[in-house]
Amino acid sequence: MSSEVVKSGVDQLQSSRRSRMALVKKRFNDLVLNFYGWGGYLFLYLPIIILVIFSFNDSRSTAQWAGFTTRWYGEMINDSQIILSLWNSLFVAIVSTILSTIIGTLAAMAMERYSFRGQLMMDAILYLPIIIPDIAMAIMLLIFFDITGIGFEPWHVNFFRISLAVPYSVIIGHVAFNISFVAIVVRARLAQMDNTLEEAASDLYANSWQTFWRVTIPMMMPGILGGALLAFTLSLDDFVITFFTSGAGFNTLPVRVFGMIKKGVTPKINAVSTLMLLFSLVLMGISLIFRKGGDDENIMDLSL
Amino acid sequence: MHKVFAKYPSMRPWLLLLPASLWLFIFFIAPLFIVLIYSFQTRGTYGGVVWQFSIENFQRTFDPLYFNTFLRSFYIAAITTFACLLLGFPLAYYITTRPPQSRGTFVLALMIPFWTNFLIRTYAWLTLLRTNTGLINTTLISLGILKHPLPLFGNDFAIVLGLVYGWLPDMVLPVYAALDRLDNSLLEAAQDLYASGWRVFWRVIWPLSLPGVIAGSMLVFIPSLGAFVTPAILGGGKSLMIGNIISNQFLAAHDWPFGSAMSTVMMVVMLLATLIYFRSTSRKERVQA
Repeated sequence: MSSEVVKSGVDQLQSSRRSRMALVKKRFNDLVLNFYGWGGYLFLYLPIIILVIFSFNDSRSTAQWAGFTTRWYGEMINDSQIILSLWNSLFVAIVSTILSTIIGTLAAMAMERYSFRGQLMMDAILYLPIIIPDIAMAIMLLIFFDITGIGFEPWHVNFFRISLAVPYSVIIGHVAFNISFVAIVVRARLAQMDNTLEEAASDLYANSWQTFWRVTIPMMMPGILGGALLAFTLSLDDFVITFFTSGAGFNTLPVRVFGMIKKGVTPKINAVSTLMLLFSLVLMGISLIFRKGGDDENIMDLSL
Repeated sequence: MHKVFAKYPSMRPWLLLLPASLWLFIFFIAPLFIVLIYSFQTRGTYGGVVWQFSIENFQRTFDPLYFNTFLRSFYIAAITTFACLLLGFPLAYYITTRPPQSRGTFVLALMIPFWTNFLIRTYAWLTLLRTNTGLINTTLISLGILKHPLPLFGNDFAIVLGLVYGWLPDMVLPVYAALDRLDNSLLEAAQDLYASGWRVFWRVIWPLSLPGVIAGSMLVFIPSLGAFVTPAILGGGKSLMIGNIISNQFLAAHDWPFGSAMSTVMMVVMLLATLIYFRSTSRKERVQA
Protein backbone atom coordinates (compact mmCIF):
# COMPACT_ATOMS: atom_id res chain seq x y z
CA MET A 1 0.00 0.00 0.00
CA SER A 2 2.53 2.54 1.11
CA SER A 3 4.90 1.58 -1.66
CA GLU A 4 2.16 2.30 -4.15
CA VAL A 5 1.60 5.75 -2.68
CA VAL A 6 5.34 6.42 -2.91
CA LYS A 7 5.38 5.19 -6.48
CA SER A 8 2.53 7.42 -7.56
CA GLY A 9 4.16 10.33 -5.75
CA VAL A 10 7.39 9.73 -7.65
CA ASP A 11 5.40 9.48 -10.88
CA GLN A 12 3.72 12.77 -10.13
CA LEU A 13 7.01 14.41 -9.34
CA GLN A 14 8.57 13.13 -12.53
CA SER A 15 5.67 14.17 -14.69
CA SER A 16 5.56 17.62 -13.14
CA ARG A 17 9.29 17.98 -13.73
CA ARG A 18 8.77 16.84 -17.30
CA SER A 19 6.01 19.36 -17.84
CA ARG A 20 8.16 22.08 -16.26
CA MET A 21 10.95 21.13 -18.63
CA ALA A 22 8.50 21.29 -21.52
CA LEU A 23 7.37 24.71 -20.34
CA VAL A 24 10.94 25.99 -20.14
CA LYS A 25 11.60 24.58 -23.61
CA LYS A 26 8.50 26.24 -24.99
CA ARG A 27 9.47 29.55 -23.38
CA PHE A 28 12.90 29.25 -24.94
CA ASN A 29 11.42 28.46 -28.36
CA ASP A 30 9.08 31.43 -28.09
CA LEU A 31 12.02 33.62 -27.18
CA VAL A 32 14.03 32.48 -30.21
CA LEU A 33 10.99 32.89 -32.42
CA ASN A 34 10.28 36.39 -31.16
CA PHE A 35 13.92 37.30 -31.57
CA TYR A 36 13.81 36.14 -35.17
CA GLY A 37 10.51 37.89 -35.86
CA TRP A 38 11.45 41.24 -34.42
CA GLY A 39 14.94 40.94 -35.89
CA GLY A 40 13.43 40.39 -39.34
CA TYR A 41 11.20 43.43 -39.11
CA LEU A 42 14.03 45.53 -37.68
CA PHE A 43 16.20 44.49 -40.63
CA LEU A 44 13.47 45.62 -43.04
CA TYR A 45 12.70 48.94 -41.37
CA LEU A 46 15.91 50.22 -39.78
CA PRO A 47 17.68 51.26 -43.01
CA ILE A 48 14.62 53.21 -44.16
CA ILE A 49 14.20 54.89 -40.77
CA ILE A 50 17.87 55.91 -40.71
CA LEU A 51 17.52 57.24 -44.27
CA VAL A 52 14.62 59.46 -43.18
CA ILE A 53 16.40 60.63 -40.01
CA PHE A 54 19.47 61.76 -41.92
CA SER A 55 17.37 63.77 -44.37
CA PHE A 56 17.07 66.20 -41.44
CA ASN A 57 20.79 66.24 -40.66
CA ASP A 58 22.41 69.66 -40.41
CA SER A 59 25.58 68.56 -42.19
CA ARG A 60 26.55 67.15 -45.54
CA SER A 61 27.28 63.84 -43.86
CA THR A 62 24.78 60.99 -43.88
CA ALA A 63 26.56 59.18 -41.06
CA GLN A 64 27.19 61.67 -38.26
CA TRP A 65 24.33 63.53 -36.66
CA ALA A 66 24.91 67.28 -36.44
CA GLY A 67 21.55 68.68 -35.43
CA PHE A 68 18.12 69.14 -36.96
CA THR A 69 17.42 71.10 -40.12
CA THR A 70 14.92 71.17 -42.94
CA ARG A 71 17.27 72.89 -45.34
CA TRP A 72 17.70 69.82 -47.55
CA TYR A 73 13.98 69.88 -48.22
CA GLY A 74 14.32 73.57 -49.11
CA GLU A 75 17.15 72.75 -51.48
CA MET A 76 15.06 69.98 -53.00
CA ILE A 77 12.11 72.28 -53.66
CA ASN A 78 14.38 74.94 -55.18
CA ASP A 79 16.09 72.43 -57.47
CA SER A 80 14.22 72.98 -60.73
CA GLN A 81 15.68 69.72 -62.17
CA ILE A 82 14.18 67.65 -59.37
CA ILE A 83 10.80 69.35 -59.62
CA LEU A 84 10.72 68.91 -63.40
CA SER A 85 11.58 65.23 -63.07
CA LEU A 86 8.84 64.85 -60.48
CA TRP A 87 6.29 66.25 -62.95
CA ASN A 88 7.69 63.98 -65.67
CA SER A 89 7.25 60.98 -63.38
CA LEU A 90 3.68 61.88 -62.55
CA PHE A 91 2.76 62.48 -66.20
CA VAL A 92 4.29 59.22 -67.40
CA ALA A 93 2.64 57.33 -64.55
CA ILE A 94 -0.82 58.80 -65.18
CA VAL A 95 -0.81 58.25 -68.95
CA SER A 96 0.66 54.76 -68.80
CA THR A 97 -1.71 53.76 -65.98
CA ILE A 98 -4.79 54.82 -67.95
CA LEU A 99 -3.65 52.99 -71.09
CA SER A 100 -2.45 49.82 -69.38
CA THR A 101 -5.54 49.61 -67.14
CA ILE A 102 -7.90 49.65 -70.12
CA ILE A 103 -5.81 47.26 -72.21
CA GLY A 104 -5.04 44.93 -69.29
CA THR A 105 -8.65 44.77 -68.10
CA LEU A 106 -9.91 43.78 -71.55
CA ALA A 107 -7.22 41.14 -71.80
CA ALA A 108 -8.09 39.79 -68.35
CA MET A 109 -11.74 39.39 -69.37
CA ALA A 110 -10.78 37.48 -72.49
CA MET A 111 -8.45 35.18 -70.58
CA GLU A 112 -10.74 34.48 -67.64
CA ARG A 113 -14.16 34.39 -69.29
CA TYR A 114 -13.47 32.46 -72.47
CA SER A 115 -11.56 29.45 -73.59
CA PHE A 116 -10.19 29.60 -77.09
CA ARG A 117 -7.43 28.37 -79.32
CA GLY A 118 -4.17 30.14 -78.69
CA GLN A 119 -5.08 30.91 -75.10
CA LEU A 120 -2.00 29.17 -73.75
CA MET A 121 0.21 31.21 -76.05
CA MET A 122 -1.45 34.46 -74.95
CA ASP A 123 -0.99 33.38 -71.35
CA ALA A 124 2.73 32.94 -71.95
CA ILE A 125 2.98 36.30 -73.73
CA LEU A 126 1.18 38.01 -70.85
CA TYR A 127 3.45 36.41 -68.26
CA LEU A 128 6.75 36.99 -70.07
CA PRO A 129 7.11 40.72 -69.32
CA ILE A 130 6.84 39.87 -65.61
CA ILE A 131 9.39 37.07 -65.69
CA ILE A 132 11.98 38.75 -67.89
CA PRO A 133 14.36 40.93 -65.87
CA ASP A 134 13.89 44.63 -66.46
CA ILE A 135 17.41 45.09 -67.84
CA ALA A 136 16.62 42.65 -70.69
CA MET A 137 13.31 44.37 -71.44
CA ALA A 138 15.04 47.75 -71.32
CA ILE A 139 17.66 46.90 -73.93
CA MET A 140 15.05 45.16 -76.10
CA LEU A 141 13.03 48.37 -76.22
CA LEU A 142 16.14 50.50 -76.71
CA ILE A 143 17.15 48.52 -79.81
CA PHE A 144 13.57 48.51 -81.10
CA PHE A 145 13.14 52.29 -80.80
CA ASP A 146 16.58 52.85 -82.27
CA ILE A 147 15.95 50.67 -85.34
CA THR A 148 12.41 51.77 -86.08
CA GLY A 149 13.17 55.39 -85.33
CA ILE A 150 9.87 55.82 -83.54
CA GLY A 151 9.40 56.92 -80.00
CA PHE A 152 12.33 59.10 -79.06
CA GLU A 153 10.73 62.31 -80.29
CA PRO A 154 9.14 64.10 -77.35
CA TRP A 155 5.48 64.63 -76.68
CA HIS A 156 5.19 68.33 -75.82
CA VAL A 157 2.44 68.80 -73.34
CA ASN A 158 1.22 71.31 -70.80
CA PHE A 159 0.71 69.46 -67.57
CA PHE A 160 -0.71 71.63 -64.77
CA ARG A 161 0.72 74.67 -66.60
CA ILE A 162 4.18 73.15 -66.70
CA SER A 163 5.46 72.39 -70.16
CA LEU A 164 6.90 68.91 -70.43
CA ALA A 165 8.63 67.09 -73.26
CA VAL A 166 8.08 63.39 -72.65
CA PRO A 167 9.48 60.85 -75.13
CA TYR A 168 6.77 58.51 -76.38
CA SER A 169 9.22 55.64 -75.96
CA VAL A 170 9.08 55.92 -72.15
CA ILE A 171 5.29 55.78 -72.06
CA ILE A 172 5.22 52.90 -74.56
CA GLY A 173 7.69 50.94 -72.43
CA HIS A 174 5.78 51.56 -69.20
CA VAL A 175 2.50 50.42 -70.78
CA ALA A 176 4.26 47.33 -72.15
CA PHE A 177 5.29 46.10 -68.70
CA ASN A 178 2.16 47.30 -66.90
CA ILE A 179 -0.43 45.50 -69.08
CA SER A 180 0.60 42.15 -67.63
CA PHE A 181 0.41 43.29 -64.01
CA VAL A 182 -3.03 44.85 -64.50
CA ALA A 183 -4.24 41.71 -66.29
CA ILE A 184 -3.13 39.48 -63.39
CA VAL A 185 -4.82 41.57 -60.71
CA VAL A 186 -8.08 41.90 -62.68
CA ARG A 187 -8.06 38.17 -63.50
CA ALA A 188 -7.74 37.33 -59.83
CA ARG A 189 -10.83 39.45 -59.16
CA LEU A 190 -12.76 37.90 -62.04
CA ALA A 191 -11.90 34.40 -60.82
CA GLN A 192 -13.41 34.98 -57.39
CA MET A 193 -16.45 36.87 -58.73
CA ASP A 194 -19.92 35.45 -58.37
CA ASN A 195 -21.46 34.91 -61.83
CA THR A 196 -25.02 34.51 -60.60
CA LEU A 197 -25.64 38.27 -60.53
CA GLU A 198 -24.87 38.50 -64.23
CA GLU A 199 -27.15 35.56 -64.92
CA ALA A 200 -29.87 37.26 -62.89
CA ALA A 201 -29.45 40.43 -64.94
CA SER A 202 -29.89 38.56 -68.20
CA ASP A 203 -32.85 36.66 -66.76
CA LEU A 204 -34.39 40.08 -66.14
CA TYR A 205 -33.99 40.86 -69.84
CA ALA A 206 -30.95 43.10 -69.60
CA ASN A 207 -29.06 42.86 -72.88
CA SER A 208 -25.40 41.93 -72.82
CA TRP A 209 -24.17 45.54 -72.91
CA GLN A 210 -26.47 46.57 -70.08
CA THR A 211 -25.32 43.58 -68.08
CA PHE A 212 -21.72 44.45 -68.82
CA TRP A 213 -21.93 48.11 -67.83
CA ARG A 214 -24.38 47.83 -64.93
CA VAL A 215 -23.27 44.55 -63.36
CA THR A 216 -19.94 43.19 -64.59
CA ILE A 217 -17.92 46.41 -64.55
CA PRO A 218 -19.06 47.54 -61.07
CA MET A 219 -18.25 44.09 -59.71
CA MET A 220 -14.84 44.14 -61.36
CA MET A 221 -14.10 47.60 -60.00
CA PRO A 222 -11.98 46.58 -56.98
CA GLY A 223 -9.76 44.55 -59.31
CA ILE A 224 -9.55 47.32 -61.89
CA LEU A 225 -8.66 49.94 -59.27
CA GLY A 226 -6.17 47.59 -57.64
CA GLY A 227 -4.54 46.93 -61.01
CA ALA A 228 -4.47 50.65 -61.81
CA LEU A 229 -2.81 51.47 -58.48
CA LEU A 230 -0.24 48.75 -58.98
CA ALA A 231 0.48 50.06 -62.49
CA PHE A 232 0.77 53.61 -61.16
CA THR A 233 3.19 52.52 -58.43
CA LEU A 234 5.32 50.42 -60.78
CA SER A 235 5.46 53.23 -63.31
CA LEU A 236 6.38 55.81 -60.66
CA ASP A 237 9.09 53.52 -59.28
CA ASP A 238 10.57 52.29 -62.53
CA PHE A 239 14.18 53.22 -63.07
CA VAL A 240 15.78 50.68 -65.40
CA ILE A 241 13.36 50.77 -68.35
CA THR A 242 13.00 54.56 -68.22
CA PHE A 243 16.77 54.99 -68.00
CA PHE A 244 17.36 53.01 -71.19
CA THR A 245 14.38 54.16 -73.26
CA SER A 246 14.36 57.88 -72.55
CA GLY A 247 17.29 58.95 -74.72
CA ALA A 248 19.42 61.84 -73.49
CA GLY A 249 18.14 64.66 -71.33
CA PHE A 250 14.88 63.24 -70.04
CA ASN A 251 14.62 62.44 -66.35
CA THR A 252 11.95 60.93 -64.21
CA LEU A 253 12.48 61.20 -60.46
CA PRO A 254 14.17 57.77 -60.05
CA VAL A 255 16.45 58.47 -63.04
CA ARG A 256 17.34 61.84 -61.50
CA VAL A 257 18.01 60.21 -58.12
CA PHE A 258 20.28 57.61 -59.74
CA GLY A 259 22.26 60.40 -61.39
CA MET A 260 22.59 62.17 -58.04
CA ILE A 261 23.72 58.98 -56.27
CA LYS A 262 26.39 58.44 -58.92
CA LYS A 263 27.77 61.92 -58.16
CA GLY A 264 27.86 61.43 -54.42
CA VAL A 265 25.83 60.93 -51.28
CA THR A 266 24.14 63.99 -49.78
CA PRO A 267 21.22 64.45 -47.38
CA LYS A 268 19.40 66.07 -50.30
CA ILE A 269 19.04 62.60 -51.82
CA ASN A 270 17.71 61.45 -48.46
CA ALA A 271 15.14 64.25 -48.63
CA VAL A 272 14.02 63.26 -52.14
CA SER A 273 13.91 59.62 -50.99
CA THR A 274 11.73 60.56 -48.02
CA LEU A 275 9.36 62.34 -50.39
CA MET A 276 9.15 59.25 -52.62
CA LEU A 277 8.66 57.08 -49.55
CA LEU A 278 5.67 59.20 -48.49
CA PHE A 279 4.28 58.85 -51.99
CA SER A 280 4.44 55.05 -51.82
CA LEU A 281 2.86 55.02 -48.37
CA VAL A 282 -0.04 57.17 -49.58
CA LEU A 283 -0.54 54.91 -52.61
CA MET A 284 -0.45 51.82 -50.44
CA GLY A 285 -2.94 53.38 -48.05
CA ILE A 286 -5.32 54.12 -50.93
CA SER A 287 -5.06 50.59 -52.26
CA LEU A 288 -5.81 49.21 -48.78
CA ILE A 289 -8.95 51.35 -48.60
CA PHE A 290 -10.06 49.94 -51.95
CA ARG A 291 -9.58 46.42 -50.69
CA LYS A 292 -11.53 47.10 -47.54
CA GLY A 293 -12.11 43.38 -47.04
CA GLY A 294 -8.65 43.41 -45.53
CA ASP A 295 -8.22 39.66 -45.14
CA ASP A 296 -4.83 38.03 -45.65
CA GLU A 297 -5.62 36.86 -49.15
CA ASN A 298 -6.22 40.43 -50.32
CA ILE A 299 -3.16 41.81 -48.65
CA MET A 300 -1.06 39.11 -50.28
CA ASP A 301 -2.24 40.39 -53.67
CA LEU A 302 -0.24 43.55 -53.02
CA SER A 303 2.93 41.59 -53.44
CA LEU A 304 2.35 41.44 -57.18
CA MET B 1 -17.75 46.61 -82.86
CA HIS B 2 -20.89 46.15 -80.84
CA LYS B 3 -22.42 44.19 -83.73
CA VAL B 4 -19.34 42.12 -84.41
CA PHE B 5 -19.34 41.26 -80.74
CA ALA B 6 -22.91 40.00 -80.84
CA LYS B 7 -22.64 38.30 -84.20
CA TYR B 8 -19.45 36.29 -83.84
CA PRO B 9 -19.20 34.88 -80.32
CA SER B 10 -16.03 32.97 -81.17
CA MET B 11 -14.33 36.27 -82.02
CA ARG B 12 -15.15 37.83 -78.65
CA PRO B 13 -11.99 36.85 -76.75
CA TRP B 14 -9.83 38.02 -79.63
CA LEU B 15 -11.60 41.35 -79.81
CA LEU B 16 -11.00 41.83 -76.11
CA LEU B 17 -7.39 40.78 -76.57
CA LEU B 18 -6.83 42.95 -79.62
CA PRO B 19 -5.33 45.99 -77.86
CA ALA B 20 -3.14 43.88 -75.55
CA SER B 21 -1.87 41.60 -78.27
CA LEU B 22 -1.19 44.51 -80.64
CA TRP B 23 0.75 46.37 -77.97
CA LEU B 24 2.66 43.33 -76.76
CA PHE B 25 3.41 41.98 -80.24
CA ILE B 26 4.76 45.33 -81.43
CA PHE B 27 6.48 46.53 -78.27
CA PHE B 28 7.49 43.27 -76.65
CA ILE B 29 7.54 40.25 -78.97
CA ALA B 30 9.00 42.13 -81.93
CA PRO B 31 11.77 43.70 -79.80
CA LEU B 32 12.46 40.25 -78.34
CA PHE B 33 13.03 38.83 -81.82
CA ILE B 34 15.10 41.85 -82.85
CA VAL B 35 17.40 41.18 -79.89
CA LEU B 36 17.69 37.56 -81.01
CA ILE B 37 18.58 38.63 -84.55
CA TYR B 38 20.94 41.31 -83.29
CA SER B 39 22.82 38.81 -81.19
CA PHE B 40 23.89 37.01 -84.39
CA GLN B 41 25.19 40.17 -86.08
CA THR B 42 28.60 41.79 -86.08
CA ARG B 43 29.63 45.03 -84.51
CA GLY B 44 30.66 47.76 -86.95
CA THR B 45 33.96 49.60 -86.64
CA TYR B 46 32.33 52.73 -85.19
CA GLY B 47 29.84 51.00 -82.98
CA GLY B 48 27.05 50.42 -85.49
CA VAL B 49 25.79 47.02 -86.59
CA VAL B 50 26.98 45.17 -89.67
CA TRP B 51 24.35 42.76 -90.98
CA GLN B 52 26.59 39.76 -91.19
CA PHE B 53 25.64 36.48 -89.59
CA SER B 54 28.07 35.19 -86.98
CA ILE B 55 28.01 33.25 -83.76
CA GLU B 56 31.08 35.07 -82.51
CA ASN B 57 29.07 36.96 -79.88
CA PHE B 58 28.01 33.73 -78.25
CA GLN B 59 31.53 32.38 -78.37
CA ARG B 60 32.70 35.55 -76.65
CA THR B 61 30.17 34.96 -73.89
CA PHE B 62 32.32 31.97 -72.95
CA ASP B 63 35.46 34.09 -72.87
CA PRO B 64 36.66 33.76 -69.26
CA LEU B 65 36.44 37.54 -68.91
CA TYR B 66 32.66 37.43 -69.36
CA PHE B 67 31.94 33.86 -68.39
CA ASN B 68 33.38 34.48 -64.94
CA THR B 69 30.91 37.31 -64.50
CA PHE B 70 28.16 34.91 -65.50
CA LEU B 71 29.33 32.40 -62.92
CA ARG B 72 29.70 35.13 -60.28
CA SER B 73 26.18 36.37 -60.96
CA PHE B 74 24.91 32.81 -60.55
CA TYR B 75 26.83 32.45 -57.33
CA ILE B 76 25.56 35.79 -55.98
CA ALA B 77 21.97 34.96 -56.94
CA ALA B 78 22.24 31.50 -55.32
CA ILE B 79 23.72 32.88 -52.08
CA THR B 80 21.03 35.57 -52.04
CA THR B 81 18.29 32.97 -52.46
CA PHE B 82 19.74 30.80 -49.71
CA ALA B 83 20.13 33.77 -47.35
CA CYS B 84 16.55 34.84 -48.06
CA LEU B 85 15.37 31.34 -47.22
CA LEU B 86 17.40 31.24 -44.02
CA LEU B 87 16.04 34.61 -42.92
CA GLY B 88 12.62 34.36 -44.50
CA PHE B 89 11.47 30.93 -43.33
CA PRO B 90 11.58 31.71 -39.60
CA LEU B 91 10.01 35.09 -40.28
CA ALA B 92 7.16 33.45 -42.20
CA TYR B 93 6.79 30.90 -39.40
CA TYR B 94 6.77 33.71 -36.86
CA ILE B 95 3.84 35.36 -38.65
CA THR B 96 1.83 32.11 -38.61
CA THR B 97 2.27 31.89 -34.83
CA ARG B 98 0.66 35.31 -34.32
CA PRO B 99 -3.03 35.46 -33.38
CA PRO B 100 -5.17 35.21 -36.55
CA GLN B 101 -6.61 38.72 -36.27
CA SER B 102 -3.18 40.38 -36.24
CA ARG B 103 -1.54 38.29 -38.98
CA GLY B 104 -2.82 40.65 -41.67
CA THR B 105 -1.00 43.52 -39.96
CA PHE B 106 2.24 41.54 -39.84
CA VAL B 107 1.94 40.70 -43.55
CA LEU B 108 1.17 44.34 -44.28
CA ALA B 109 4.24 45.41 -42.31
CA LEU B 110 6.22 43.19 -44.64
CA MET B 111 4.74 44.87 -47.70
CA ILE B 112 5.41 48.49 -46.75
CA PRO B 113 9.19 48.41 -47.36
CA PHE B 114 8.47 46.32 -50.45
CA TRP B 115 6.30 49.02 -51.93
CA THR B 116 8.93 51.70 -51.54
CA ASN B 117 11.24 52.36 -54.45
CA PHE B 118 13.95 49.75 -54.98
CA LEU B 119 16.51 52.42 -55.85
CA ILE B 120 15.88 54.19 -52.57
CA ARG B 121 16.12 50.99 -50.54
CA THR B 122 19.46 50.33 -52.20
CA TYR B 123 20.59 53.89 -51.54
CA ALA B 124 19.66 53.47 -47.86
CA TRP B 125 22.25 50.67 -47.63
CA LEU B 126 24.81 52.78 -49.46
CA THR B 127 24.67 55.36 -46.67
CA LEU B 128 25.10 52.57 -44.10
CA LEU B 129 27.82 50.49 -45.74
CA ARG B 130 30.28 52.93 -47.32
CA THR B 131 33.77 52.18 -46.18
CA ASN B 132 34.96 55.48 -44.68
CA THR B 133 31.78 57.51 -44.42
CA GLY B 134 29.12 54.85 -43.90
CA LEU B 135 27.11 54.86 -40.69
CA ILE B 136 28.12 51.35 -39.59
CA ASN B 137 31.87 51.87 -39.85
CA THR B 138 31.91 55.42 -38.47
CA THR B 139 29.77 54.35 -35.51
CA LEU B 140 31.86 51.27 -34.73
CA ILE B 141 35.08 53.29 -34.96
CA SER B 142 33.83 56.17 -32.83
CA LEU B 143 32.70 53.67 -30.20
CA GLY B 144 36.21 52.26 -30.21
CA ILE B 145 35.08 48.78 -31.25
CA LEU B 146 37.00 48.97 -34.50
CA LYS B 147 40.30 50.57 -35.41
CA HIS B 148 40.00 50.20 -39.17
CA PRO B 149 36.81 50.26 -41.22
CA LEU B 150 35.37 46.90 -42.23
CA PRO B 151 35.21 46.17 -45.98
CA LEU B 152 31.42 46.35 -46.17
CA PHE B 153 31.09 48.11 -49.48
CA GLY B 154 32.09 47.62 -53.10
CA ASN B 155 32.17 43.82 -52.86
CA ASP B 156 29.96 40.77 -53.22
CA PHE B 157 28.91 41.02 -49.58
CA ALA B 158 27.34 44.44 -50.17
CA ILE B 159 25.56 43.21 -53.30
CA VAL B 160 24.16 40.12 -51.57
CA LEU B 161 23.02 42.20 -48.61
CA GLY B 162 21.32 44.70 -50.93
CA LEU B 163 19.61 41.91 -52.88
CA VAL B 164 18.48 40.06 -49.74
CA TYR B 165 17.06 43.30 -48.41
CA GLY B 166 15.30 43.98 -51.68
CA TRP B 167 13.76 40.56 -52.25
CA LEU B 168 13.21 39.12 -48.75
CA PRO B 169 9.42 39.75 -48.83
CA ASP B 170 9.29 37.77 -52.10
CA MET B 171 10.49 34.76 -50.11
CA VAL B 172 8.48 35.33 -46.93
CA LEU B 173 5.07 35.75 -48.61
CA PRO B 174 4.85 32.44 -50.51
CA VAL B 175 6.38 30.53 -47.59
CA TYR B 176 3.90 32.15 -45.24
CA ALA B 177 1.06 31.25 -47.59
CA ALA B 178 2.20 27.59 -47.56
CA LEU B 179 2.68 27.46 -43.77
CA ASP B 180 -0.66 29.15 -43.22
CA ARG B 181 -2.43 26.39 -45.16
CA LEU B 182 -0.68 23.75 -43.10
CA ASP B 183 -3.09 21.57 -41.15
CA ASN B 184 -2.34 21.92 -37.43
CA SER B 185 -3.70 18.46 -36.67
CA LEU B 186 -0.78 16.98 -38.62
CA LEU B 187 1.67 18.68 -36.24
CA GLU B 188 -0.30 17.49 -33.22
CA ALA B 189 -0.38 13.96 -34.60
CA ALA B 190 3.39 14.02 -35.02
CA GLN B 191 3.85 15.31 -31.48
CA ASP B 192 1.45 12.73 -30.09
CA LEU B 193 3.61 10.09 -31.73
CA TYR B 194 6.59 11.48 -29.78
CA ALA B 195 8.36 13.08 -32.74
CA SER B 196 10.98 15.55 -31.57
CA GLY B 197 10.80 19.21 -32.65
CA TRP B 198 13.39 18.74 -35.38
CA ARG B 199 11.74 15.60 -36.64
CA VAL B 200 8.39 17.37 -36.84
CA PHE B 201 10.08 20.12 -38.79
CA TRP B 202 11.95 17.94 -41.28
CA ARG B 203 9.30 15.25 -41.74
CA VAL B 204 6.12 17.35 -41.65
CA ILE B 205 6.54 21.13 -41.85
CA TRP B 206 9.36 21.30 -44.40
CA PRO B 207 7.88 18.91 -47.02
CA LEU B 208 4.49 20.61 -46.80
CA SER B 209 5.97 24.10 -47.13
CA LEU B 210 8.13 23.08 -50.09
CA PRO B 211 5.81 24.55 -52.79
CA GLY B 212 6.06 27.92 -51.05
CA VAL B 213 9.82 27.58 -50.66
CA ILE B 214 10.25 26.77 -54.35
CA ALA B 215 8.00 29.64 -55.44
CA GLY B 216 9.83 32.03 -53.12
CA SER B 217 13.23 30.83 -54.34
CA MET B 218 12.21 31.47 -57.96
CA LEU B 219 10.90 34.92 -57.09
CA VAL B 220 14.23 35.78 -55.44
CA PHE B 221 16.63 33.99 -57.78
CA ILE B 222 15.39 35.39 -61.10
CA PRO B 223 15.52 39.11 -60.28
CA SER B 224 18.80 38.59 -58.39
CA LEU B 225 20.42 37.00 -61.43
CA GLY B 226 19.33 39.91 -63.61
CA ALA B 227 20.18 42.56 -61.03
CA PHE B 228 21.42 45.87 -62.36
CA VAL B 229 20.71 48.62 -59.82
CA THR B 230 22.11 46.84 -56.74
CA PRO B 231 25.57 46.03 -58.17
CA ALA B 232 25.68 49.45 -59.87
CA ILE B 233 25.22 51.21 -56.52
CA LEU B 234 26.59 48.84 -53.88
CA GLY B 235 29.23 47.16 -56.05
CA GLY B 236 31.10 50.45 -56.10
CA GLY B 237 31.97 50.07 -59.78
CA LYS B 238 34.24 47.11 -59.01
CA SER B 239 31.90 44.21 -58.31
CA LEU B 240 29.77 43.67 -61.38
CA MET B 241 27.07 41.26 -62.48
CA ILE B 242 25.67 40.25 -65.90
CA GLY B 243 23.18 43.11 -65.86
CA ASN B 244 26.00 45.65 -65.63
CA ILE B 245 28.06 44.03 -68.37
CA ILE B 246 25.00 44.07 -70.63
CA SER B 247 24.25 47.70 -69.89
CA ASN B 248 27.92 48.62 -70.49
CA GLN B 249 27.67 47.20 -74.01
CA PHE B 250 24.88 49.66 -74.71
CA LEU B 251 25.93 52.72 -72.75
CA ALA B 252 29.73 52.64 -72.99
CA ALA B 253 31.24 50.00 -75.28
CA HIS B 254 28.67 50.45 -78.05
CA ASP B 255 28.74 46.78 -78.88
CA TRP B 256 25.02 46.18 -79.22
CA PRO B 257 25.23 42.75 -80.86
CA PHE B 258 27.36 41.42 -78.01
CA GLY B 259 25.07 43.01 -75.41
CA SER B 260 22.13 41.35 -77.18
CA ALA B 261 23.87 37.97 -77.13
CA MET B 262 24.56 38.26 -73.40
CA SER B 263 20.98 39.16 -72.61
CA THR B 264 19.76 36.33 -74.85
CA VAL B 265 21.81 33.85 -72.82
CA MET B 266 20.49 35.38 -69.59
CA MET B 267 16.87 35.14 -70.76
CA VAL B 268 17.30 31.53 -71.90
CA VAL B 269 18.68 30.57 -68.48
CA MET B 270 15.75 32.24 -66.76
CA LEU B 271 13.15 30.71 -69.03
CA LEU B 272 14.66 27.29 -68.38
CA ALA B 273 14.51 27.91 -64.64
CA THR B 274 10.88 29.00 -64.93
CA LEU B 275 9.96 25.96 -67.02
CA ILE B 276 11.58 23.61 -64.53
CA TYR B 277 9.66 25.37 -61.80
CA PHE B 278 6.31 24.98 -63.56
CA ARG B 279 7.10 21.34 -64.33
CA SER B 280 7.99 20.53 -60.73
CA THR B 281 4.95 22.24 -59.22
CA SER B 282 2.47 20.69 -61.62
CA ARG B 283 3.90 17.25 -60.92
CA LYS B 284 3.53 17.87 -57.20
CA GLU B 285 -0.06 18.88 -57.68
CA ARG B 286 -0.64 15.74 -59.68
CA VAL B 287 0.77 13.65 -56.85
CA GLN B 288 -1.43 15.42 -54.33
CA ALA B 289 -4.48 14.81 -56.47
